[in-house]
Amino acid sequence: MTNPKGRFGIHGGQYIPETLMNAVIELEQAYEHYKNDPDFVRELNELLANYAGRPSLLYYADKLTKTLGGAKIYLKREDLNHTGSHKINNVLGQALLAKKMGKTRLIAETGAGQHGVAAATAAALLGMECVVFMGEEDTKRQALNVYRMRLLGSKVVPVTSGTATLKDAVSEAMREWTSRIADTHYCLGSVMGPHPFPTIVRDFQSVISKEARQQILEKEGRLPDAVIACVGGGSNAIGSFYNFINDKDVRLIGCEAAGRGIDTFETAATVNTGRLGIFHGMKSYFCQDKYGQIAPVYSISAGLDYPGVGPEHAYLHDIGRAEYVPVTDDEAVDAFEFLSRTEGIIPAIESAHAVAYAMKLAPTMDKDKIIIVTISGRGDKDCAAIARYRGEDIYE
Amino acid sequence: MSNIAKAFENGKAFIPFVTCGDPDLETTGKIVREMVKNGADLVELGIPFSDPTAEGPVIQGANIRALSGGVTTDMIFAFVEQLREDVSVPLVFMTYANVVFSYGAQKFISTCQRIGIDGLILPDLPYEEKDEFLPICRQYGVDLISLIAPTSEGRAAMIAKEADGFIYIVSSLGVTGMRSKITTDISKLVSVIRENTSVPCAVGFGISTPEQAKEMSQYADGVIVGSAIVKQIAEHGKEAAGPVGEYVGEMKKAISV
Repeated sequence: MTNPKGRFGIHGGQYIPETLMNAVIELEQAYEHYKNDPDFVRELNELLANYAGRPSLLYYADKLTKTLGGAKIYLKREDLNHTGSHKINNVLGQALLAKKMGKTRLIAETGAGQHGVAAATAAALLGMECVVFMGEEDTKRQALNVYRMRLLGSKVVPVTSGTATLKDAVSEAMREWTSRIADTHYCLGSVMGPHPFPTIVRDFQSVISKEARQQILEKEGRLPDAVIACVGGGSNAIGSFYNFINDKDVRLIGCEAAGRGIDTFETAATVNTGRLGIFHGMKSYFCQDKYGQIAPVYSISAGLDYPGVGPEHAYLHDIGRAEYVPVTDDEAVDAFEFLSRTEGIIPAIESAHAVAYAMKLAPTMDKDKIIIVTISGRGDKDCAAIARYRGEDIYE
Repeated sequence: MSNIAKAFENGKAFIPFVTCGDPDLETTGKIVREMVKNGADLVELGIPFSDPTAEGPVIQGANIRALSGGVTTDMIFAFVEQLREDVSVPLVFMTYANVVFSYGAQKFISTCQRIGIDGLILPDLPYEEKDEFLPICRQYGVDLISLIAPTSEGRAAMIAKEADGFIYIVSSLGVTGMRSKITTDISKLVSVIRENTSVPCAVGFGISTPEQAKEMSQYADGVIVGSAIVKQIAEHGKEAAGPVGEYVGEMKKAISV
């Protein structure tokens, strides 16, 4: 689905400073070499199995299914991975690749802290230096993850520019990369940025749908009717969709963070409210004003609080292969609490956006239909913030 | 012949940068006129962008001040039109790809031609993506400026061969901002460029003192200064035209002797 210049339809590309061009070319060449290198593949699979804990479970949520009274709901449990989210899939791949390329230092951006924690973990394991850029606003919302990264030996740099959230963390990581390239790999956390990142991250995350497809065939003897995942930049969603893209009868549904609603300015629902633009190295959809100034987006979820979306999602939207639906803060918080009570599974607030849409969709479907919902991460990190949302002040 | 070539006809060119609308367009107008009076050969006019990923903290600050002041692309076009009544040195816009793309490339670039903008610098548009705007730029005679960086190994010749207007040599790794020392071998980069094009080249990123400007002008045809000027504007606000003009005079003198 990728052409040589890293385009997905009209989206993607390499809109970055000249200073970084040789770095992304070198990365592309190394990736093209190592992705088929038997030693690399073996080493990565070994880490995924014995360190990250793959394959992750495909769990039939019986009580959730019966409570909602419609389609059968399976949960793809990425929350059970080591470090608590799908982010480890990509990070182990990129960190291993960076090491093969002779890099000794990783830099990364993070929103909720899930990618930052995963990057810090991989760096600790592989003996690399790691610096994580995180919006100052997010360091407050996700203080526990900041501590985890430091505990793992990484340096966390609070970013104060712009809106002090995920987009500014990406900008700052890019700025850092232009100043130090020789020994440093930018371990981008989502299917965004300049080529080859959207392809590399998608490939490393596609293990989610590779497993889920096989697991559902084993359990049900057929493919699901819908796959639902949350979308910020879109890495767990593309990972969840990828191996179902050619199965035309499987609906692919990405849940965007609508914040306080897509009719307000406090939203991060890019496909629903944005328009075509060029930013952070790629052509895709972005929330922006009439003059192309990037909008200060908002969501309760620090991980979905991003004004753009990965180019492959923009393309899947254009060709009508995937649907992108908005889910508000309120709906996500309700789902966060509902899944906790019905299944004893506390999802990340990001993943709760996918659960919220499943709660709307399942009751409209027949009981013999099947939905897979990706639980991209666990919700321990969100408990204090959700308590505050409900008016309760707790200390972590 | 590109109008930009005129900037390189009076010895080494001094190219100052200013963000339009920082702190307001009236001040920007005074600053540009004062720069020209004091020897600026070409002026880079920044159109502010919300997320300027190639800029260091100083120019980031200018972008924020200008946007908070409410300046827009349309206001800047009207400002340039007025500026052109008495300012004749070549002028180029420096902004980000999304500002042009979002406005509509055809509409943006044809407006540049109409109001007398001679070139366009887009730091997030590398050689590989220049077809996004290049055909339209050539159609309207607006030079799309190519950048060459210290990390452009194996790319400089390819970029130089197709360059229009002038070549912007990025002196150092990293983002814009003042540096105490420039360690890149600029003369080596320039010799690769010279083998491949007759288009003039100017060095920018990190230059702030007359000594640095003098040194860089030994290798290249011109010197670009941004952050050192923007820092003075941050300090002096609406009163910045005087001190900036004086500074430009000093820098031009340093590269003229």
